[in-house]
Amino acid sequence: MARSVNTQRKALNTAVAWAIGLLIFFPILWTILTSFKTEGQAISDPPVLFMFDWTLENYSVVLERSNYARFLWNSIFIAVGSTILGIIIAVPAAWSMAFVPSHRTKDILLWMLSTKMLPAVGVLYPIYLLFIKMGILDSRVGLVIVLMLINLPIIIWMLYTYFKEIPGEILEAARMDGASLKEEVLYVLTPMAIPGIASTVLLNIILAWNEAFWTLNLTAAKAAPLTAFIASYSSPEGLFFAKLSAASTMAIAPILILGWFSQKQLVRGLTFGAVK
Amino acid sequence: MATKASRSAARLMMAPAVILLLGWMLVPLTMTLWFSFRKYLPLRGGDLGWAGFDNYTRFVTSSAFWPSVMATLTVVGGVLIITVCLGVLLAILLDQPMWGQGVVRILVIAPFFVMPTVSALVWKNMFMDPTNGLFAHLFKFFGAEPIAWLSQASMPSIIMIVSWQWLPFATLILLTAIQSLDSEQLEASEIDGAPPLKRFWFIILPHLGRAITVVILIQTIFLLSIFAEIFVTTGGAFGTKTLTYLIFQRVLESQNIGLGSAGGVYAIILANIVAIFLMRIVGKNLDN
Repeated sequence: MARSVNTQRKALNTAVAWAIGLLIFFPILWTILTSFKTEGQAISDPPVLFMFDWTLENYSVVLERSNYARFLWNSIFIAVGSTILGIIIAVPAAWSMAFVPSHRTKDILLWMLSTKMLPAVGVLYPIYLLFIKMGILDSRVGLVIVLMLINLPIIIWMLYTYFKEIPGEILEAARMDGASLKEEVLYVLTPMAIPGIASTVLLNIILAWNEAFWTLNLTAAKAAPLTAFIASYSSPEGLFFAKLSAASTMAIAPILILGWFSQKQLVRGLTFGAVK
Repeated sequence: MATKASRSAARLMMAPAVILLLGWMLVPLTMTLWFSFRKYLPLRGGDLGWAGFDNYTRFVTSSAFWPSVMATLTVVGGVLIITVCLGVLLAILLDQPMWGQGVVRILVIAPFFVMPTVSALVWKNMFMDPTNGLFAHLFKFFGAEPIAWLSQASMPSIIMIVSWQWLPFATLILLTAIQSLDSEQLEASEIDGAPPLKRFWFIILPHLGRAITVVILIQTIFLLSIFAEIFVTTGGAFGTKTLTYLIFQRVLESQNIGLGSAGGVYAIILANIVAIFLMRIVGKNLDN
């Protein structure tokens, strides 16, 4: 009796949850489907969901006319570059705060977090001006630096919470056995910290990939990543839904896949440990 | 116990991060403050000297200021209400036993990973286009007159787009919080015969209190500075010019740096008010 009620309830939950899940996912699904339609089918009334002649034409058109590869390369360079640079700077800082805490550690952590709250638009012109003066406006290097700086607090925080979970006794044991600081970091700490570092890298690549204030305002033709490439579709030209969809699908596909792997870390990374 | 040597080593290891962030904070901030007191028009004569508090008063007395404050509050408030309410319901739903929970979770979270320019343009064109958008088809199907979403209902449209982007974030955090709820307590109340609504009101909601606060604070900080969604949809027209967008236009479009910088200082103060509350919660959490 109780069991069949439970099964019924489970079936109902399943139906409702799937319906809502598909509804939320629908815009993405629709974009992916439209990218395989012809421009005519893309705007047909009534709309077609699956029953159309699948074509790859939009992809070849987008690839041909827009130098897509360069935008893609810029996105990869900026996202990966800023993350690696950030990790190199953040690992020692997070390590020292987690294992050699002082009475100021908490204040330093909170202060770092507070730099993340600085609204970008408030410092837009100074950064713009500095970039011109340094000759790095519209350059990948410039964006790597800016995105590294805006994500550095998140990287440090995530690493800090991961490092905190490594039991201190293990380090003490290693020290007792006569391990030097270098050996301690290299052979004891690093293997245990790799999963945490990996999740941090993943989340930060996603954040940098999707960043759309600095990438739009500090780039023009040379260093523009995919965010700017897509923004160039904001002024319509004739029939372009299918091409827009193809371009969009190519821009979001890599990060959707990475994102699904990192969903658990998302909470930790974006709430600064306030929700576990 | 940390030795003296390891302490100084620790300080050395922290130095690059601290110096970089200090520079990143102080240099542009000082420049913004400096410019905000100057009459500075790069395209019309350059730096024309001190302006006192002129920029500050002109920024708040310009006709665009109050509408932009209202637009900002509407977007932030609207998105917060939608994402928190729906997020709580969705989180409770996703916490129930069901088949294919993992897949549903992935479907719900997906919008968060879509870059802002893509989601804004997809919604603008493929859903909200007055002739070829899906909504137009839907309206016609039911015999209604399709509307030009982004000009006739610009604010609700922007709120809808941004809510779609942020609902996954709220849901995911609230779901994490619900899953940490002691299930014995819930079962006990179920056995005692507490109806679902009471269970929700007296057990689940209080437990979610802190998670909801965190969602509200973090989202507010991000929502105060949404940019791309407005940039590629309305370009600030039709009453969607938020404070962030207004400052962007003053600085980069009309190149009135003094005025824009004064606006920037206001935006920084506003963000800091929100930030203080967030930091307090995060700081409390660091202690335990």
